[in-house]
Amino acid sequence: MKYAYYPGCSLHSTGQEFDISLRAVCDKLGVELVEVEKWVCCGATMAHNLSKLLATSLPMANLALLPEMGLDEVIVPCAECFSRFKIAQHNVKTDKKLRRNVVEVIHKDCNDDAKVIHPLTIFAEEPLISKIPGLVKRDLSGLKVACYYGCLLTRPPRITEFDIDGYPESMDKVLRAAGIAILEWSRKTVCCGGSFALSKPDIVVNLSNKIIEDARSAGADAIAVACPMCHANLDTRQDDMEKKFGAHPRMPILYFTQLMGYSFGLSPEELLFDKHLTEVDSIAKLVN
Amino acid sequence: MTEEVITIDENSFKLGEAVAAVGGIDVSYCYQCGKCSTGCPVAYEMDLTPTQLIHAMQLGLQDLVYKSNTMWLCASCLTCSTRCPQGVDIAEAFDTVKILMQRNKQKPQVPDVLAAHKSFAQNLRWFGRMYELGMVAVLKLRTRKFTQDLGMGMKMIKKHKFNLLPGFEGSRETRNIFRRVKKQEKA
Repeated sequence: MKYAYYPGCSLHSTGQEFDISLRAVCDKLGVELVEVEKWVCCGATMAHNLSKLLATSLPMANLALLPEMGLDEVIVPCAECFSRFKIAQHNVKTDKKLRRNVVEVIHKDCNDDAKVIHPLTIFAEEPLISKIPGLVKRDLSGLKVACYYGCLLTRPPRITEFDIDGYPESMDKVLRAAGIAILEWSRKTVCCGGSFALSKPDIVVNLSNKIIEDARSAGADAIAVACPMCHANLDTRQDDMEKKFGAHPRMPILYFTQLMGYSFGLSPEELLFDKHLTEVDSIAKLVN
Repeated sequence: MTEEVITIDENSFKLGEAVAAVGGIDVSYCYQCGKCSTGCPVAYEMDLTPTQLIHAMQLGLQDLVYKSNTMWLCASCLTCSTRCPQGVDIAEAFDTVKILMQRNKQKPQVPDVLAAHKSFAQNLRWFGRMYELGMVAVLKLRTRKFTQDLGMGMKMIKKHKFNLLPGFEGSRETRNIFRRVKKQEKA
């Protein structure tokens, strides 16, 4: 299996653990990722507030690089990038005038047929889902995890075409296959405060705290995420939650790929566990 | 909100028409069921609920809309757009109001949010890919909130979460994209 790979800006900096652990897990599963060489930022959660043409052109400029690579399927792990790619494709398919304008901006044709894929989708399907149990080296059946999907993978479902909106199951399925105890809980797709990380941190502290509290009351030892923004909000704001609400949550927040890699026997160092602001060492004690 | 008489004339529909022309969203389909407001995670911070803001847009109450903090506090989680039984993309309608306000040089009620978007855009134009430390520095200059999140930022630097220096991969491409977008939007 060979795919083009668009890591996006976060996975090259604040979310590098996601990049490293995804590559490691893909290597184990026999999935070849070829990074798009000249990729640029997708515009993330900001560009659509400034200009629809800009927000559509940036993802389309990246998708236009795929034919040069001879590939038409691209793996996009960051939920923000994934959402912007899917929405841009939808925009140029449904608005002919916008499409013409985008072509003029990027000086290339719109590649609206390229398949934009989230890694969870291929991991949760055959043949990979059946491969996962055979790769398990560490017994994590004592580790209880709440899978948090956030907003942008699932919404709006008619555009993202990802799993079930409201109560997605793909991450649950993948981590269960990796031998981890997965919990049912109610805030799988409730917003963490997203792009207010820098501009309105008080909103992030409120919303993210509710997510962590809910996961804890479901019995979670850790929360698994699939988005660098969700990770940043849930992981880095726990000191602020203590200041505002009195108790420090001390909830380990890990990318689902880090948990997969841990189950596959990779070391915490290889999976960059030490990059998180909130310590995740407590999960080591739950290995049987 | 207090009750008042609103005179509807030919000017009343201009805002809705502008939103349709710029964002491709027809807000007239909304029948105020309130589902968007019920699901909105940030409604507790907003002066008008999303339903009220859409209603104000339908009635062409431009001043009320422009002076609201609602669209600036939208986290773009897209719950409203997903749940609307009339298929109105509410989040996109809010994006469009924000874009119209910038074109008409209107001041936002929550300046820090626009400052963050602008710092991000500037960063992207210069570097092609996000250079986070640079973006934070520009944002601090814009908002003058130098001490906010300083402790957290230092911890992140210690953990080597940020790249200390920017790269310039793709910066030529993004500069061209920004230039051509600007040119088209002027035309």
